[in-house]
Amino acid sequence: MTTMIRNRQAMYGWMLLCPALVLLSLFAFVPTVSTVWDSMFSHRMPLRPDVFVGLRNYRGLFSDPTFWQVLHNNLLYCAVTIPLSIVLALVMALWADSKLAGRALVRLAYFTPTMLPMIAAANLWLYFYTPGLGLLDRIGHLFGAAPVNWLGQPQTALWAVMVVTIWKEAGFFMIFYLAALQSIAPELREAALIEGASRWYFTRRVVLPLLMPTTLFVLVNALINSVSLIDHLFILTKGGPDNASKLLLYWIWETAFAYFDESTAAAATVLVLAALAIVAAVQFAFVERRTHFQ
Amino acid sequence: MNLVHRALPLPAARARGGRWLSRALAKLDVLGAWLLALLWIAPLAFACWAAFHTPQATLAFDWRAPWSGANFVTAWQAAPWPRYFANTVLLVLSILAGQLVVCTLAAFAFARFHFPGKDAVFALVLIQLFVLPEILIVENYRIIVRLGLFDTILGVGMPYMASAFAIFLLRQAFRQVPRELEDAARIEGCGWFGVLWRVYVPAVRPVYLAYALVSVSSHWNNFLWPLVVTNSAATRPITVGLSLFGAPENGVDISVISAGTLLTTAPLLIGFLIFQRQFIQAFLRSGIR
Repeated sequence: MTTMIRNRQAMYGWMLLCPALVLLSLFAFVPTVSTVWDSMFSHRMPLRPDVFVGLRNYRGLFSDPTFWQVLHNNLLYCAVTIPLSIVLALVMALWADSKLAGRALVRLAYFTPTMLPMIAAANLWLYFYTPGLGLLDRIGHLFGAAPVNWLGQPQTALWAVMVVTIWKEAGFFMIFYLAALQSIAPELREAALIEGASRWYFTRRVVLPLLMPTTLFVLVNALINSVSLIDHLFILTKGGPDNASKLLLYWIWETAFAYFDESTAAAATVLVLAALAIVAAVQFAFVERRTHFQ
Repeated sequence: MNLVHRALPLPAARARGGRWLSRALAKLDVLGAWLLALLWIAPLAFACWAAFHTPQATLAFDWRAPWSGANFVTAWQAAPWPRYFANTVLLVLSILAGQLVVCTLAAFAFARFHFPGKDAVFALVLIQLFVLPEILIVENYRIIVRLGLFDTILGVGMPYMASAFAIFLLRQAFRQVPRELEDAARIEGCGWFGVLWRVYVPAVRPVYLAYALVSVSSHWNNFLWPLVVTNSAATRPITVGLSLFGAPENGVDISVISAGTLLTTAPLLIGFLIFQRQFIQAFLRSGIR
């Protein structure tokens, strides 16, 4: 009897999972496996069968200077935008959580960029960056600076893109810090104040450690976004000039859909997947340890 | 308010004149918060101003230039916006509907059914938290073409319908529902579907609302995947339409681009302003893990 109930449970369970598993297989599991597979075959040609070439596509990738530049760009992009937007998000959250005059308006201003599509955000910033006539150069002009073609020269293009990313992301991450701050028991603050701790001391020794899990969560999200969110490149620079602001996924898109070199795109995608797998592994390891403590 | 205190060593703040100093610092603190807020809203504010002025006035920063709505008329006539809006609304709603059905069923299975292999499958599902459909655009594009769904709204939405995030969120929520409610429903004669529909779904309604807001706003803004799998005005969502409209080859000026950008983001922005509290609560709720 119990085995019958157990079998029934298992049957219903799998039935309920079925739609989700079919869709996840179609658009996550199968594509992942076939990307790895494709990365080891020659470039698809009409009328010619695919040929197994082993790691040749990877060798081609590693000998392509563009790949190294794009990888370097993406690493720099991560190293600059992630810490800056996290620190800004934390500062914003502390401000939005304090008893500031006009707190609601301030919070609204911080959060609004999050609601805009990245494409729209890029359009707005395009106006700021217009050489000579844009707002940035106008302000520079007041201080006697020469006009700069922010998006059109290799030295500044990637940095100009990063500013837009930070502007867009900081307010989003603020929300998670705000949630964490509001869940800190008020008694902790009262106890600290009675003990004579300054506000800064309280923030540093009590609040920041309590925000660590949030920081980890935000960090993982920021990492994923810094690989997968490249919409603004389409408006601001198209990866140029001379690949100076090209990020990995944009390059993959271009390689596959503009140059039709799907093998190289597949090999590059596998490397991105590997990086994401490391991020996932690190996160699960940390989360595991955290639950272990509790 | 906590941040400025970093600037000076602890004993100094407490020593003589501490009260005066801390009041000054609090003022600076407020100033900093407001300056950052102004900086953050500035791009949008300038776009609003530019949208109502001629490009000459905009680029010359002529503050006394007359206001006019002509840019909006030009922008509105430059692209099939009503069609793009309709496509986006249809896309966002079909993704949401798909997610609610598919993810509710899966989350219910993970939360309340016992069967061998459940934990392994759950771990597999969580992979999708990291491997977003955008990363796999090349393969996903191929699959959509093979399914005959290229350049259809269903093709744009389908890869997002089984959301690992929604499954995770709903599973957590379902697990908080007291067992007694389920037992009571069973005594009343409910089957598993009755239990799900009458007990679990109503019990976690706030989570559904939160997830719906997050899902709608993020898919409204999605760009790369729709760009790859749409090819006509009949399916293109508003973000792709906006990118075509603003492309430099089109030669539209900065004022018209600003007007077009505001026009296309207005529904979501106005919705956000009206339901601000709910929106932020939604993001807060869905963010806590």
